[in-house]
Amino acid sequence: MEQAKIVVHDHYDAEASKIGMWLFIFTELLLFGVLFVIYSVYRYINHEAFHLAAEELDTFVGAVNTVILLVSSMTIAMSTTSLQKKNKTITLALTGITLILGIVFLVNKYFEWGAKFDHGIFPGSEYLTENLSQGEILFFGLYFIMTGLHALHIIIGLVLIAVVMWKVYTGKVHAERAALLENSGLYWHLVDIIWIFLFPLFYLIH
Amino acid sequence: MTLKQYLSFITNTFDKMNSTSIAANEANYLKYRGKYKGLLGWIFSTDHKRIGLLYLYSMATMFSVGVLLGLAMKLELLAPGKTIMEAQTYNATFTVHGVIMIFMVVVPGLPAVFGNFLLPIMIGAKDVAFPKLNLLSWWMYVAGVFLVLAALLFGSGTPDTGWTFYAPYSFRSGTNLLPAIFGAFVLGFSSILTGLNFLVTIHRMRCPGLKWTKLPLFVWTLYGTAWIQLLATPVVGITLVLVALERIFGVGVFDPALGGDPILYQHLFWIYSHPAVYIMILPAMGAISEIIPTFAQKHIFGYKAIIASTMAIAFVGYLVWGHHMFTAGMSGTAQYYFSLLTFLVAIPSAIKVFNWVSTMYKGSINIQTPFYWAASFIFVFMIGGLSGLVLGALAANIYVHDTAFVVAHFHYIVFGGTGFAFFAAIHYWFPKIFGRMYDKTWANTGWLIFFIGFVTLYSPMFYLGMMGMPRRYYDYLQEFHGGNILSTIGSWILVTGFVIIIVNLVRSASRGPKTEMNPWHGKTLEWTVPSPPPLENFDEIPVIEENDGPYNYK
Repeated sequence: MEQAKIVVHDHYDAEASKIGMWLFIFTELLLFGVLFVIYSVYRYINHEAFHLAAEELDTFVGAVNTVILLVSSMTIAMSTTSLQKKNKTITLALTGITLILGIVFLVNKYFEWGAKFDHGIFPGSEYLTENLSQGEILFFGLYFIMTGLHALHIIIGLVLIAVVMWKVYTGKVHAERAALLENSGLYWHLVDIIWIFLFPLFYLIH
Repeated sequence: MTLKQYLSFITNTFDKMNSTSIAANEANYLKYRGKYKGLLGWIFSTDHKRIGLLYLYSMATMFSVGVLLGLAMKLELLAPGKTIMEAQTYNATFTVHGVIMIFMVVVPGLPAVFGNFLLPIMIGAKDVAFPKLNLLSWWMYVAGVFLVLAALLFGSGTPDTGWTFYAPYSFRSGTNLLPAIFGAFVLGFSSILTGLNFLVTIHRMRCPGLKWTKLPLFVWTLYGTAWIQLLATPVVGITLVLVALERIFGVGVFDPALGGDPILYQHLFWIYSHPAVYIMILPAMGAISEIIPTFAQKHIFGYKAIIASTMAIAFVGYLVWGHHMFTAGMSGTAQYYFSLLTFLVAIPSAIKVFNWVSTMYKGSINIQTPFYWAASFIFVFMIGGLSGLVLGALAANIYVHDTAFVVAHFHYIVFGGTGFAFFAAIHYWFPKIFGRMYDKTWANTGWLIFFIGFVTLYSPMFYLGMMGMPRRYYDYLQEFHGGNILSTIGSWILVTGFVIIIVNLVRSASRGPKTEMNPWHGKTLEWTVPSPPPLENFDEIPVIEENDGPYNYK
C-alpha cells in the first residue's frame, strides 16, 4: 500500500460559504414558513378564540425581548465591521454583548413560559382541555411550538457565536477570513427576523 | 470477533482489493492513505469519491433489506388469507419497506452516489464546495438509518402507519413510531445538506470556460434536484416534528379532538413528498441523458430543451401535491387546479422521452449493458408516466384511488424509473469508479431476467387495481388470485436477476479485467481522468475551449 500522503484541503472561498449560508437560511425560512401557514389557517378558522387567548400573553415582556434581539442584531453587525477594521478587542466585546443579550432573551422566555405553566397552560394539560375552547388550545399549542423552536434557534445561535468568539480570540477568524463571523451574523439576523414576525402575531394582534 | 479484529479484517480486505489493482495514476482514490487507514480511512474521508462509495454500500445494504421485505409481502399475497404472516405483521412490513425504500434508497439515490462521485469531476473541480459538510451528510444518513432500525427492533412494536405517517393514526398507533419519525427527519436533513453542497459547488467551482450551457445534463438535473431538496425537505421536516410533538405532548395541531385538522397534515406531507418524487426521478433522467448520447455516439438532441424541461419539472412539481388527496376532501376548484397542473407536468417529461429517442435516431448505436438498461428505462418510465395520467384525471382517480393500480404506477416510476436508471448508471460508470470491467454476458443476462421479472411483477397490479383490489391489505377476494400468483412469480424472477447483477458487480469490482480510461468513448470530463480517478481528480484544472462541449461527437 502507498505511503501516507497527506493532502491539506484549504479551499477558502468566502463567497461560497456566504451562498451556502443564504441557502441554509432559505431552508430555515421554509421551516418556519410552514408554521406561519398553519398559524394563519387556524387563526382564520378560530378568529375569536385566538383573540381571547392572545390577551393572556404579556405584551411588555414580549416588547422587551424584541428590543433585546434588535440591539443584539446591531451589535453583531457592528462586530463584523470592527473585525474588518482589525480591532480584535472591540470585535470580542461586541460579540460578547450579543451573547449576553441572547442569554437575557432566554431568561425572559424562561420566566414567561414558567408563568404560563403555573397557570396550568401547557400542551396536554388538564386545565387546557377542560376549560378552554379548541381554538385557544390551538393558539397555545402553536405559541409553545413556535416560540420553543425559535428559542432552540437562539441557543444554536449562541453556541455558534461562542465558537466564533473563541476563533477570533485564537486568531483563526480575522479580517481576511471573516466568513464564519459574517455567517453567524446572518444566522443571528434570521433568528431576529423570525421573532419580528412572531411578536406581533402572538402578542399584538387583537 | 472483537472490534479490533473486525477492523483489521476490513483493512486487510481493502488492502487486498488495492494491491491487485494497479491503476494508471499512482495515488488513485481507492489506494490513497491519509491520516487513518482501513475502514477509518473511509468513514472519516472527506474525498467526494469515497463518500459516494460509502453511500453506495450503505444504500445497497438498505436496498437489499427493502427487497427482502417486498419479497415477503409478495409471498404473503400468493394466496388469499394468511399465507406467511398476520395482518399486523403485513402492515409493519409495508411500512418498513416504504420507509427504507423512499427515505434511505431512492431519495438519496443517484445524487448521493453518482452525484457525489461525478459532479466535481464533471465540472472540472477537485472536490465539492464543502467536503466536511459532505461527510457530515453521510454520517447523518447513517444516524437516520440506525434511528429507524431502532424503531423496528426495540419498543412497543414495529411502526404500522405506512411510510406516509398519516395523522391522526400516526399519533394514536401504539407502535414505536417516535424513532422512525425522528430518523426520517434526520435523513431529510442529510438530504438538505447534500443539496446545499451541490448548489454551491455548481455555482462556484465550474472550471474555466464551462458555461451553464456547456454543463453535462446530469449536472443540470443535480442542480434542479438540489433546489427541490433545499426548498421542499424543510416542509416535511417540520411536519414530522409536529407529529412527534403531537405524540409526546398532544399540542393539537393535527388532532381533531383538540381542534386540529388531519387533512392539513396530508397537505403539508405531500407539499414535500410530491416534489420528492422529482428528487428521485430527475437525476435518473440526467443519467439517462448521459448514457444515450454516449452509446448512440451522437450529440444529444435538444440540449436546451432538456435543460428547460428539467427546470420546468422542478418548478411545476411543487404545485401538484393535491393529486394525492383527490378523495380526502378538497374543494372542486382545488381539484381542477391540481388535476390540470398534473397534466401539465407530464409535458416536460414527454419532451425528454422525445429527445432521448431522437438522439438514437440515425446514431451509430453501440449496444452495451448500460444501453439496455437505458432503453428499458424509457419503456417502463413511459408505462409509469402514462398510468400516472390515469391517476391525475379526476374521474378515473376516484375509481382507482388506493388500489393496486396506484402501487403498480409508482413502482413503474420509482423502481422502474429511478431503479433502472440507477442500474444503468452503475453499469455505465462502473469502469470509472473501480477501474475494472464487469462480465458483460452476465450483466446482460441479469438485466434480461430482471426486466422480465419486473414486468411480470407489476403489470398484473394494473389489472388487479382496475378490478378493485385495494392496496395495503394482506388478504383479498378469490377473484384476484390469478393476478396475484403471476405477480408473486414475477417477484421471484426479479430477485434472481437482482442477485446475478449484484454478484457480477461485486466480483468484478476486485477481480474484473482492468479497463482503459474511456471504454465507452464518452465526451464528458470524467472520461478524461484515469480509472479509478486520482485523489484530487485533476493534476491541472481543465479549461473548456469555445468549441468544446459535453456531447461533441464527430
